[in-house]
Amino acid sequence: MSDDLQSLADSVVAQAGPGEGLEVYVTRGTDTEVRAYEGEVESLTSADSSGVGIRVLLRGGEDSGSQVGFAWAGSLDPAVIAATLADARDNARFATPDPDVVLAEPDGVHAVELDLWDDGVTSTPIEKKVALAVELERATRGADPRVRQVSSADYSDSRVEVALATTTGISSFRRRTNAFLSVDAIVGEGADTQTGAGFTVARGPGGLVPDEAMDDAVLRATRMIGAQKARSAHCTVVFDPRVVSTLLSVVASALSGEAVVKGRSFFAGRIGESVAASSITLVDDPTDARAYGAASHDGEGLACRRNVLISDGFLRMFVFDTVSARRAGAVSTGSAVRGGFAGTPSAGCRALVLSPGNKGQSDILAAVGDGLFVQSVTGVHSGVNPVSGDFSVGAEGLMIERGALGQPVREVTVASTLQRMLQSVVEIGADLRWLPGLAAGQTLAIADMALSGD
Amino acid sequence: MPDTALIEPDVLERVLSSALAGGGDMAEVFAEDAVTAGAMLDDRKIEELSSGRSRGAGIRVVDGETTGFAHTADLSEAGLLAAARAAAAVARQGDGGVRTVALEPLAAHGRGDRTPPDRVDKGRKLELLTRADDAARSAGGAIGQVMVGCGDSRRRVLIANSEGLFAQDDQIRTRFNVTCVANGDTGMQTGYESLARTEGYEIFERHRVEDLARVAATRALTKLSARPAPSGEVPIVLAGGSGGILFHEACGHGLEADHIVKNASVYTGRVGEAVASPLVTLVDDGTVLGEWGNFAVDDEGHEPARNVLIENGVLTDYMWDWLRARKEGRTSSGNGRRQSYQHLPMVRMTNTYLLAGQEDPDEIIAQTPSGVYVKKLGGGQVNTATGDFVFGTTEAYLIENGRITEPLRDANLIGNGPEVLRRIDAVATDFDMTPGTCGKDGQSVPVGCGQATLRITGVTLGGTA
Repeated sequence: MSDDLQSLADSVVAQAGPGEGLEVYVTRGTDTEVRAYEGEVESLTSADSSGVGIRVLLRGGEDSGSQVGFAWAGSLDPAVIAATLADARDNARFATPDPDVVLAEPDGVHAVELDLWDDGVTSTPIEKKVALAVELERATRGADPRVRQVSSADYSDSRVEVALATTTGISSFRRRTNAFLSVDAIVGEGADTQTGAGFTVARGPGGLVPDEAMDDAVLRATRMIGAQKARSAHCTVVFDPRVVSTLLSVVASALSGEAVVKGRSFFAGRIGESVAASSITLVDDPTDARAYGAASHDGEGLACRRNVLISDGFLRMFVFDTVSARRAGAVSTGSAVRGGFAGTPSAGCRALVLSPGNKGQSDILAAVGDGLFVQSVTGVHSGVNPVSGDFSVGAEGLMIERGALGQPVREVTVASTLQRMLQSVVEIGADLRWLPGLAAGQTLAIADMALSGD
Repeated sequence: MPDTALIEPDVLERVLSSALAGGGDMAEVFAEDAVTAGAMLDDRKIEELSSGRSRGAGIRVVDGETTGFAHTADLSEAGLLAAARAAAAVARQGDGGVRTVALEPLAAHGRGDRTPPDRVDKGRKLELLTRADDAARSAGGAIGQVMVGCGDSRRRVLIANSEGLFAQDDQIRTRFNVTCVANGDTGMQTGYESLARTEGYEIFERHRVEDLARVAATRALTKLSARPAPSGEVPIVLAGGSGGILFHEACGHGLEADHIVKNASVYTGRVGEAVASPLVTLVDDGTVLGEWGNFAVDDEGHEPARNVLIENGVLTDYMWDWLRARKEGRTSSGNGRRQSYQHLPMVRMTNTYLLAGQEDPDEIIAQTPSGVYVKKLGGGQVNTATGDFVFGTTEAYLIENGRITEPLRDANLIGNGPEVLRRIDAVATDFDMTPGTCGKDGQSVPVGCGQATLRITGVTLGGTA
């Protein structure tokens, strides 16, 4: 299966003209999605898809550098690939020649072998996948008398293979599978309605833990019953691991070397400085197979590697792809990411992990004493600015009263700046959870945040 | 690109018949041929031109409450038949027999004179980028970085179903956006402005990219001296055309029939009730020519309509796609949309707007002793079941003694839909629309939002001060 994808990429690269640089990214995948509702299949989707993305580099005049053009297509049909190559060539003619625009070259770093493939995604019959979603819906409806509705229970899985080849001698192949099971519960008591979402994720259906999804959804919804607005105050905020994963994803955009060289990161110029509490060590490690974003190769075909970005609160490095590294006078950290075949590489994190502390969540709540526990946030894309660092999100959760969870709280916001939040981390949980997305998460306590309510 | 049908009618009829051979109530073919192009100027360089093509079909078979769906990039009869078999696998009755499908003649939709993007010289597109870059940089020495993007798409769609429906559309969209970063003593601030229309490059005859660039640059520069936004409940005046995202989040999503039929919206069962201030008349209207959420037929082949959702504060109707309308024994309101042929359609908004009121916008500000004036909103998010929603400010000022004073840093506002809609106590005449991208269940579609200047007596602002 892999050989033909790899040779397809190689065969397109072989069509490069004299002095022309080519990078060919080809991918093929299969997706299955089941949605259950009221004991039946509401929808069942199954589909194969494939695509190609081609970057062409044309040498400009003496020392002026190269021009780059990009084109993509949702097909691996030979005629479509030929048309895509022609489009990319034409697009390249219009780009500004740039000495920093080059393709990645093999850098001698060997890729870590990762087993991210579970044959169960292919071998599990569709009836079993359907049963996972239907059973999760049924169980969630019966889990608590206050469950009024399960608006969706979804099973989905995917397998993806990617081959990448370049005229600079890169030829890489990677593949992975994922399986995902999630449920949205709506609970109520009287006129009060609350919602909770839960999920479980694994490389294949056999690794899923449906009870985890159900318990999470039901607990998150039921403990919010009776929620009210809170009084505005400055207080310590304890974030749930799922929220911390989201927060780290935002911090990640400011750690992108590309954002730094283009003057769009509040971390620019601060290497070696203290940017966080001394307890903070933040690592991007796609070579850890437990991470959802684990990968053997990056989006330019270089080996992924473990990068320590912040240690003991000091900023150590940024993540770079090939072009942003040249602009910064650095080398690629194997951190090119791309949004599938329709996207071009850029510098980014894949598998952030904050070094865990030694307290569980209840110990952290006890240590904090009084404050707000936040179980979910909204408006991250509208209220968090990774350039300025301004941070303001909608939040729901429970007040922390005398070291334990108390009155549920809704329709409030928590605000600060990312810079101040990193410096104000007072507790890091031991409860590290591997979560979908580009960061793992654990309970985190941050002092002196603005809670807005009444 | 030849203007022939993506799939011949006789092929469609055979594929639809085959899809129902094993049973099922309805089969549908949605074919799409999309060509997109984009260009980006960043750090004074034309970094990259990109172009993409996506062509394929999604086939849906509905059997009772169950939908089977499969998609393929292979538009040959063999490819379509294979997808039809995959989609039909969910149909379990097995008593389909031979169903003859006869398609209605294809209706033609005139869309006026448009300049399709593929007929515009790439050099001309790049000239727009450099003009915007120059204008943004000349707005002030503190502008440190400018990113300008433009993009266009031509999306041809064809929809045929076993009920005989046969429709197609040719959608041309063009967008242009400018992001500026300003550097000051207290750090960096950003400003963003965009133009997006369901039209071709003729939009640049009416809109000057320099104007967009100056707005984005000024927005970033103004915020350099901004103070932290207040924290707590405050009166809010939203500027006309500031985003209109308020209604999109506060009630738009909650009025989508897929949430309604599952009793997952605070607006379920409330038609005929007062759900907003009497000043609120809210419309969703896919027919507004050129607006970002405009089309000739939706992604299920139905014509869009001007649907009144709330009239003088009273809830009048929800938005419907084919599937949810069938459940209630009514017809689609033209709100069945999907991101691409690889997605199932669902209920989506088009152009959602509040009808203008009677008041003078300046008077509304003058009659607000203290509060916050929001000139521009960013995105938002809602929980339809509880009605709680957030929306972010990207340009806001304090109102003191009826006058706009100091600029404020970005923050989110949070409220509960039905509560906030009741607190609208003034609506002005200065109506304007803005484009946006709406995400739901992993699918993005272009939408328009509109409103005139209005006041909400109290919303919680998530600042730090």
